[in-house]
Amino acid sequence: MPTKIEKDAVSGRETTGHEWDGLKELNNPLPSWWFWTFVATVVWSIGFCIVYPSWPSLHSYFPGLWGYSTRDGVTADVAALAAQRAAVLDTIKDVPIEQARQDPALMAVANTAGRIAFANNCQPCHGAGGAGRPGYPALASDRWIWGGTLSDIQTSITYGIRSGHAEARVSQMLRFGIDGVLKPEEIAAVADYVLTLYGKAPPSQASAKGQAIFAENCVACHGETGEGKREVGGPSLKGAVHLYGDTSAAIIAQVTNPRMGVMPNWNTRLDPATIKALALYVHALGGGEK
Amino acid sequence: MLFKQATIEKNAILMVVLTLVAISIGGIVEIIPTFTNETTIEKVKGVRPYAPLELAGRDIYVREGCYTCHSQQIRALKDEVERYGHYSLAAESMYDHPFQWGSKRIGPDLARVGGKYSNDWHYAHLDHPQALVPESLMPRYAFLGQTPLDTRLIERKLRVSRIVGVPYTDAQIANAKADLLVQADAAGDNDALLKSYPKAVQASGKAGEPTEMDALVAYLQVLGTMADFGSIEPAKMRR
Repeated sequence: MPTKIEKDAVSGRETTGHEWDGLKELNNPLPSWWFWTFVATVVWSIGFCIVYPSWPSLHSYFPGLWGYSTRDGVTADVAALAAQRAAVLDTIKDVPIEQARQDPALMAVANTAGRIAFANNCQPCHGAGGAGRPGYPALASDRWIWGGTLSDIQTSITYGIRSGHAEARVSQMLRFGIDGVLKPEEIAAVADYVLTLYGKAPPSQASAKGQAIFAENCVACHGETGEGKREVGGPSLKGAVHLYGDTSAAIIAQVTNPRMGVMPNWNTRLDPATIKALALYVHALGGGEK
Repeated sequence: MLFKQATIEKNAILMVVLTLVAISIGGIVEIIPTFTNETTIEKVKGVRPYAPLELAGRDIYVREGCYTCHSQQIRALKDEVERYGHYSLAAESMYDHPFQWGSKRIGPDLARVGGKYSNDWHYAHLDHPQALVPESLMPRYAFLGQTPLDTRLIERKLRVSRIVGVPYTDAQIANAKADLLVQADAAGDNDALLKSYPKAVQASGKAGEPTEMDALVAYLQVLGTMADFGSIEPAKMRR
């Protein structure tokens, strides 16, 4: 306790009055601007505790006079963003999708909104610009599995493919090999025939045998001549580019134990206007059908 | 006299006692409410303990240090909600020991990655990320697909989780290994599993040969999908 404040002879300053075995302490106070700034922050914190959520109690907390909440804040921010966007997105929201396609102003909206949604949600599988990857269909081509009209695309995005949603598009290829529907040599023959459909091999004796097996087992989904059946999601087997590869080994693997791609239903992640914009965007990538 | 500075500073035991009293007050005010306060963890339907395969996958996630590049915490900010979905709730990581919120995003946040991609995508992506996302910096984790999952300790993992407060039932612990094998098997019969662990996603592995990749994919596919946001009362969610 300051008992005896005296002036130090050497420095001319006062001492604090503390003394330890003859040692005395000079009183060098904080600069006053520092001291008062510190006091001001303390006063500020009292105000802060009063207006903002602060002190916890046993079962709740003091919410502050202004009732601020981070979550209310973000809810309001998201709503404001939606309102701001609605001014633009609403223009396509209630317009029939086919009509929107013919309106350059609405297509500009769809291209902007669709491009951004595509980059975030679709590109990881379908590739930049919808170029596709092995196992993930190209969207910039006219080789559609489930159809390439605007409403086909919109439905695919909304409900997904084998997504588990009740309205999802579902097709199932039989496991011809591992379930023993076809013998390995029969599958090899079918592969020979399918290669002729791909245009990779000329018809031969083996492919003729494969064609007979194809007619019995495959035409229900892939069509009489392998042209595909969109209403059941049977991919076309014509042309040169194929989802899971175009070699004999790839065809045998697919027939033996088929890979069946899954696309999520986006209706739980994206709002209907964004899905419509996406459908218009994807349709315009290069393969859209009327 | 007892609380005069001259007395306190000359009496070490008194000083220690008074220091402890001062620190305890701070501690009590800060720590006790986190145990008693009903607003700490929201009440949300749907959040359940991890299925055994998911729990094993979580351990792989931690072992491989995924948290060093991926956060699992969507903050209550507009741009985060916009990109990743609903902001994360405390309830969604209440069965995480330790939580995987992370603090760095070299890769994207994974709090709601469940269901965003197909199983096939995850297997291919872990195998070779650049094959699917050319600009990705992520290392390859192909070896996970060749490493058999160590299932010997799965029952004990569940039991230990229960000690720290995860409400696994006796039946769930007893069935841990069977549940794990069913979920890892692409063709497994998962009716019982789904009753025990709703929304569990089947991995695409081979029967009886679960790999570490199967476990990790099952874990990733459930992230952020459990909470039933329809059951939330906004007033009770205010923070």
